[in-house]
Amino acid sequence: MTKYIRRATVLCALLLVALLVNATRIQLFQAQSYDDNPANRRRTIARYDQPRGDIVVGGGTVTGSKDTGELLRHERTYRNGPLYAPVTGFASQLYGTTFLENAEDAILSGTDPILAPLPLWGDMTRAQNPGGTVVTTLNPAAQQAAFKGLGSRRGAVAAIEPSTGRILALVSTPSYDPGELSGTGSGATQAWARLNGDAGKPMLNRAIRQTYPPGSTFKVVTAAAALEAGVVNDLDTSTASPDPYRLPGTTTRLTNEIKGCEDASLREAFEWSCNTVFAKLGVDVGLADMTHTAADFGFNDRTLKIPFSVVPSNFDTRLDNAQLALSSIGQFDTRATPLQMAMVSAAVAGGGSVKAPYLVERTTTKGGATLSTNGPSTVHQAMNPTTALLMRELMTDVVTEGTGTSAAIPGATVGGKTGTAQHGLDNSGLPYAWFISWAQADGSMEPAVAVAVVVEDAAANRGDISGGGDAAPIAKAVMEAVLGFGGRGAGGGGGGGGGGGGARGVPGR
Amino acid sequence: MMQRGMPGTTVTAAPPAPAVRLPRRRGIEFTLIVLAVLLCVYGYCAVGFAKNGTVPPGAAGYGAGLGVLALLAHLAVRLRAPYADPLLLPIAVLLNGLGLVLIYRLDLETPGDRAAPIQLIWSTLGVALFIVAVLVLRDHRVLQRYTYVSVVTALALLILPILFPAVNGARIWIRIAGFSIQPGEFAKVLLAVFYAGYLAANRNALAYTGRQIWKFKRLQLPTGRVLGPIVAIWLLSVLVLVLERDLGTSLLFFGLFVILLYVATGRTGWIAVGLLLACVGAVAVGWLEPHVHSRVQDWLHPFASIEAGQGPNQLAQSLFAFAAGGMLGTGLGLGHSILIGFAAKSDFILATAGEELGLVGLSAIFLLYALLVERGHRAGLALRDPFGRLLAIGLASIMALQVFVIAGGVTGLIPLTGMAMPFLAQGGSSVVTNWIIVALLIRISDSARSQYDGTAAP
Repeated sequence: MTKYIRRATVLCALLLVALLVNATRIQLFQAQSYDDNPANRRRTIARYDQPRGDIVVGGGTVTGSKDTGELLRHERTYRNGPLYAPVTGFASQLYGTTFLENAEDAILSGTDPILAPLPLWGDMTRAQNPGGTVVTTLNPAAQQAAFKGLGSRRGAVAAIEPSTGRILALVSTPSYDPGELSGTGSGATQAWARLNGDAGKPMLNRAIRQTYPPGSTFKVVTAAAALEAGVVNDLDTSTASPDPYRLPGTTTRLTNEIKGCEDASLREAFEWSCNTVFAKLGVDVGLADMTHTAADFGFNDRTLKIPFSVVPSNFDTRLDNAQLALSSIGQFDTRATPLQMAMVSAAVAGGGSVKAPYLVERTTTKGGATLSTNGPSTVHQAMNPTTALLMRELMTDVVTEGTGTSAAIPGATVGGKTGTAQHGLDNSGLPYAWFISWAQADGSMEPAVAVAVVVEDAAANRGDISGGGDAAPIAKAVMEAVLGFGGRGAGGGGGGGGGGGGARGVPGR
Repeated sequence: MMQRGMPGTTVTAAPPAPAVRLPRRRGIEFTLIVLAVLLCVYGYCAVGFAKNGTVPPGAAGYGAGLGVLALLAHLAVRLRAPYADPLLLPIAVLLNGLGLVLIYRLDLETPGDRAAPIQLIWSTLGVALFIVAVLVLRDHRVLQRYTYVSVVTALALLILPILFPAVNGARIWIRIAGFSIQPGEFAKVLLAVFYAGYLAANRNALAYTGRQIWKFKRLQLPTGRVLGPIVAIWLLSVLVLVLERDLGTSLLFFGLFVILLYVATGRTGWIAVGLLLACVGAVAVGWLEPHVHSRVQDWLHPFASIEAGQGPNQLAQSLFAFAAGGMLGTGLGLGHSILIGFAAKSDFILATAGEELGLVGLSAIFLLYALLVERGHRAGLALRDPFGRLLAIGLASIMALQVFVIAGGVTGLIPLTGMAMPFLAQGGSSVVTNWIIVALLIRISDSARSQYDGTAAP
C-alpha cells in the first residue's frame, strides 16, 4: 500500500505544479493582455484614484478636481468652464477626453513615465505619480475679451502672437460647461444628450474644427501671391481690371457692391475689397502659384496639431480659371478655420514667416519641475519680408481709411481685412462676418497679436452683418487686451460700431 | 525534514524498541503558531493602513481572539496528542487567520454586508470542535466501527437540502435560525470514513479477484459482488449532487473514490474504470445540464461575454484580478477584486489573494496547502493499520482535490465549479469541516508517531 500512497502523493504534487504553472501563466505571461482588456476597469479606477493635474492660464488654474469618494473617485471640475471649453475640452468618466484634456492626458492623469522620479522604483512600489500641470500660452484678458465680444452670437476667435505662434485666445460660442460631463451620474448623461441635441452645437470648437468660406479675408493671400509672383509690382499702379469681370470661359459676370473698382490699384482694391480685381489677379497669378502660396500660409495642411488636431483649411488644387477666380476671393470651395486666418494675419505681421501655432507653453510635475517646453518654429516662409511690408501697408490702410476702421486703436498700428462670406443654397443663409487683423503698439518692435474673428450670424438685419461691423470690434477688444490697453472693453459688436462699419461699405461679393 | 525512526515501507515490520523518547516537538508547534498569529495580525493592520491610514480598530481584539483560539487548540494537542505533527495546527491557524483578513478586507468594500464577524464565529466553532475531537477521540480506529453509520448519515446530509429552496441555483444549503449550513461539507468527512472503513475491510477481495480484460494482466475488472456496493454509493451521491447542481463536490467525491480505491488495491484497472466513469459522467452531465454546459463554455471562452457586449463575467473578472496582482501584488487593501461581485468572498476569495499578494503570495498559499496534504500523507505512510492509512490519505486528498478544483476553476485551468477554498473562503460549514479534518489528521499523526515511542502510553 505504501507504494500506492507515494503515487497518490505524487499525483497531489502534480496538481500543485499545474496550479503554480497556471498561476504563473495568468499572473506574469498573460497579465499584460488582461490588463489591457478594455473591459478591465482597473485602469479606469486607477486613473480617477488621484486628482487630475491642472491646466494653467495666465498663472492661475482653470481646472480643479472633486473627491466624490466613489469607485471612480475624483471628478474634473472647471472654473470658468464655458470660457475655456474650446481649449480644455472635457475630461469625462463616461465620454472620454477632448482637446487639451485629451492631448495632454498622460501628463494630467499621471500615467506619463516622464513624471516618475525613479522609473524602476515606481514599477516596484506601484506608486502612482501625481498628475502634472499643463501651462498654456493663453492670455486670459484676450480670451475674456473675445468671449464677451461674441456674446450670444455664434462664432469663433483665434489670436496668435505673430513672432512665436503662441495662441493667445481660442474662443468658440455658444459654449458649454465641460464640468457637467465629468461624472458618471444621470446629470452627465442628460447634459451629454442635451449638448449633442443642441442646434447651436456648443461642443463644436468653431475656432479649429469648423471651416468657413473666408470671403474677402482670403484676399490677403491672393494679394501676397500677386506680389510674390510679380503680377503686381507697385501698390499704386492700375491693375487694368474690368468691372464687371466675366469669369473666364463662362458668361457669368462678377460685380462689386461698391463703385470705383475698374482699373483700381492694388491699394484701392484691397482697401475697398474689390472682388473683380482679386478674381482677375488670382487668374493672372495662376493655379500653381496660388496653391503654392495658400499652402505656405497653411492651407491644405492635414498635420497641424496645437497639440490637438486642427481640421485642414482648404484651397482646391484642381480648378478651372472660373473656379480659380472665385476661389481667389475666398468663395467656391475655399474654406478656412478661424485659426488658419489668424495664421494668415500673423504671417503678414511677422515678416512673412508662418509660425506653427501652439497652445502649451510647458508641462511640469505637480511640484513645478519642468518636463517639456514649447518654442517658436517656422513652418514656412509664405512671402519675402519686403512683400510682407507691402502687405502690412495694405492691411493698415484698411483700418485707417477702408472697411475696417472700427478696429482702429489709438496708440497702436493696426492692420486688418474684413470679409463677408455668403453661404447656403443660393446664398440664402445669413452671411458669415469675418475680420482678421494684427496690432503693434506704438514704440514696440513688432506686432504683438494677430486675430481672426468669425461671426456666423448676428441675429440682426442682414445688412448689418459685415466683417467691419460685427467682427472688427471683437478683434479690436482682443487686440487691446493683448496690448494691455484695458478698460475700453469689447463693445457690443452688433451695436453702434456695426452701424458705422456697415455704412462704410459692404465688402465681399 | 528528516524524521529518524520513521518506518520502512513494509506494513508488517515489527516496531523497533527505542530506549529514547521521541521528540514531541510541541515547542516548535507553539513557536509556529505564534508566528502564524503575528502574520495574520500584520495582514489585518496592513489592510487598515492601506484603506484608512490607521491601524484598524479591532486589530487587538482580532489578534487576541485568534491567539486565544490557537492557544487553546495547541493546549488540547499538547494534552491529548503530544506526538502529533507540529506543522498541521500552525498551517490551519495561518490559513484561517489569513482567510479572515481577506474577508475583512472585502467587507470594507461592501459596508452593508459584513461577513468577517460571522466567519469569526464559525471559526471559533470550528476550533471548538477541533478541541472536542482531539480530546474525545483517543484512537482513530474507533471510527472504523461507524463505517456504515457514516455512509447513511452522509447520504442523509446530502439529501437534506433538496427539501429546502435553492439558493443561487444550487440546492446545497439549509437555513436554520439565520445560519446557512451546507451539509455536503460534513458529508465529505463521513464519506472519507466510510470509504476508508469499507476499503480496509474489502481491499483484498477488490485487489485479487476479478475478470481480466482482454489479455492485460494489470487491467482487471473486479467482480460485481465487491464492485456493486461501492458503485451504488458513488452513483447515488453523484445523482444527489447533480440534482443539487453542486458539481464541485461531485467531482471531489469521485476523485476521492478513485484515489482511495487505487491506494487500497493498487489496481490500475480501477483508475481505468474511474476515468471511464468520469468521462461518461462528464459527457452526460455536460449534455443534459445547461448549468454545466455554460460553465464549460465560460472556461473555453472566458471573454465571450465581453465580445458580446455584456461586460466581463465572474471568471473574466477573476482573471483580471490575478493579472493585476502580477509578481508581487498590489498590497493588501489596494486591489479591486471586489469587481468580481457575487461570491468574491467565497468561491473567488483566491482572486483577492492573487491580486493583493501577487504570484509570490499565491504560491505561498498553495505551498501551505501542499504542506498540509504532504503531512497527511506522511502520517498515512507511518501508520500500520489500513483503515488509518486510508483515512489519512482520504482526508488529505479531500484537501488537495478541493484546492485544485476551486483554485483551478478561478484561474481558468479547469471549468469553474463552486467550492470553498479550504479555510480561506467565507462559508461556515466549510471552516468547521476543515477544522475537523485537521483534528483527525492530528489524531492520526499522533498515533503514527507514538506507536514508535516505547515510553509513550498506549
